[in-house]
Amino acid sequence: MTHPVSNCPNCGAKIVFRWSSSVQTVCEFCKSILVRTDVDLKKVGQVADLPPDSSPIQVNTEGLYRNKPFVVVGRILYEYDQGGWNEWHVMMNDGASAWLSDAQNEYAVSFSAKEQNLPAAAQVQVGQQLTWSNQRYTVSVITPAHYRGVEGELPFQYWDKTDITFVDLRTESGKFATLDYSDREPTLYLGELVEFDDLKLKNLRRFEGW
Amino acid sequence: MSAGPPPLSTPPKPQAKALNCPKCGAAIALRSFGQAETVVCGSCHSILDAKNPNLAILQQFEAATSVSKPLIPLGTRGKLRGTDYEVIGFQRRHSKIEGISYYWHEYLLFNPYKGFRYLSEYNGHWNDISVCKQLPMADGGSANYLGENYKHFQSSDANTDFVLGEFPWQVRVGEQAAVTDFVHPPRVLSSEKVDKEVTWSIGEYMYGREIWEIFKLPGSPPEAMGVYENQPSPVTINVRDIWIAFAAFAAFLLMVMAGFDMFAKKEPVLSETYRFNRNEAKVEQSFVTDVFELTGRTSNVEVKTYAPVSNHWIYLNYALINQDTEQAWDFGREVSYYSGHDSDGSWTEGKQNDTVVIPSVPPGRYFLRIEPEVDPSLPLIPYTVEVRRDVPVFGIYAIALLALLVPALVISWRSYTFERSRWSESDHPPMDFSNLSNSSGDDE
Repeated sequence: MTHPVSNCPNCGAKIVFRWSSSVQTVCEFCKSILVRTDVDLKKVGQVADLPPDSSPIQVNTEGLYRNKPFVVVGRILYEYDQGGWNEWHVMMNDGASAWLSDAQNEYAVSFSAKEQNLPAAAQVQVGQQLTWSNQRYTVSVITPAHYRGVEGELPFQYWDKTDITFVDLRTESGKFATLDYSDREPTLYLGELVEFDDLKLKNLRRFEGW
Repeated sequence: MSAGPPPLSTPPKPQAKALNCPKCGAAIALRSFGQAETVVCGSCHSILDAKNPNLAILQQFEAATSVSKPLIPLGTRGKLRGTDYEVIGFQRRHSKIEGISYYWHEYLLFNPYKGFRYLSEYNGHWNDISVCKQLPMADGGSANYLGENYKHFQSSDANTDFVLGEFPWQVRVGEQAAVTDFVHPPRVLSSEKVDKEVTWSIGEYMYGREIWEIFKLPGSPPEAMGVYENQPSPVTINVRDIWIAFAAFAAFLLMVMAGFDMFAKKEPVLSETYRFNRNEAKVEQSFVTDVFELTGRTSNVEVKTYAPVSNHWIYLNYALINQDTEQAWDFGREVSYYSGHDSDGSWTEGKQNDTVVIPSVPPGRYFLRIEPEVDPSLPLIPYTVEVRRDVPVFGIYAIALLALLVPALVISWRSYTFERSRWSESDHPPMDFSNLSNSSGDDE
């Protein structure tokens, strides 16, 4: 696969898009947030260094999901009043974009779903049941959160998003759904909780003493 | 696990971050890298904001550390289910039931790749607990998780009253959660509700010695007291299976019995009625019967005595004698029958007939010598003697059945008393058997 290559408008460092549909990336050197307006990259902001966090995953971590190899290309670090979690943006080897979330080492893989008739944030309550593709999901938690930082390549622009409501849903079979109220129109992600060992992750972060 | 070049934003961190308590200056160790939300000073029990570089004090609570010393010291590592875990947090919680506080301890375990896990300890009973990945289905009385049925055990409030170490959530002393436990020994399914958020976890019973082995702790674990809600029953076999096996064996015995009954000759060889008359009685009252032939292989002989006694007795001294070899079998039989009325109503005692089986009598020509003794108040009585060759004997089957019945009963009783102790601690103390069905040590 050939990767779109460009240069950081801020520092001139080489910017490689590992995922051809990436809309935004962060310059590894100067931390400028770069939005791709095809070919030219426009600098839209700068992130402070990400706060120290504890995800064992990092950009370039590779793994397997349902026998398909994937590579981690970026992440969003969210924060809420009880802590934070990472949404790692992964690129499947077939070019699909997916999210590997790590919430206190609880891992889930999800994909953007094209479902219609999503409820408004105000209509959703914990314990409520919603059905998509014949699968019934139960709302387990509603989390008001905000972006804490971004890294690497993302499939959308993040920088004007601040406070967001997330609705997590679960099923009796370990399936998982997230309603993301970042935009005016809610977005749905469907996926499942996964075991760390099943992901066969390589190129993980190393923790001293472990 | 291989690691590439570390990314710029996340340089490797030291194993434990050293900080000092802003209240008392004691050293604070952070063991879970960035995961800690709160950390408790081990010296002055200030609950500190671990996300704040200056460790702002969030809460302070009064506690004598000696009151609640973790049995597994913080920082201890051990391999649990194939993964290394470090003990990073400890909390004591209690629930108040009918005015009595029950205390238990929870240990927070951490592995930077696999995340968090918990150990709970109550009166020497341990559980290995992790958060459910699947959503259990629950109604009030039962819950289903991964296809397994759990029975409601107890609903109570869990109050945190002592914390130590670090936690990936905002822990506070005085925090209350509504806890509901469902059991399927050796597992327990629990839901914890704080505000609107419900967290389900699944625990598996562990013995203190296993914990001691995992964490290489000195000494021996505190002895487990009583029966814990999800403690596996010492009766490891399913009680129902025992009774199925028992029924199968009883049916087999019945068939064997029927077979022997069918093949026994039951050949009548003598049937005579004699008369005892005191007035005619001579000094020597014994006499001999006609000679009869016992045929076939060496087998048993049944002697049946019948006398129409009523509130009397008759005693017969028998001898079965081989006419040719003079081998003799001596035995005495009593026939007595009493009846009457007393304050409890009517009663009877004894029977008008008696049967005895003499085993292993070789074939040959035999006769009986009979010497009757009769109740002195009885002047006259007829009695009948019947002899049969090769009769089926059922006593041995009764003994075999009893030999099987006793262990089945003992096991059932042990299982019953264990389950009774278990459920007596629940919201459903055993008034009836309904709680026990399906929980008597099946599987495993």
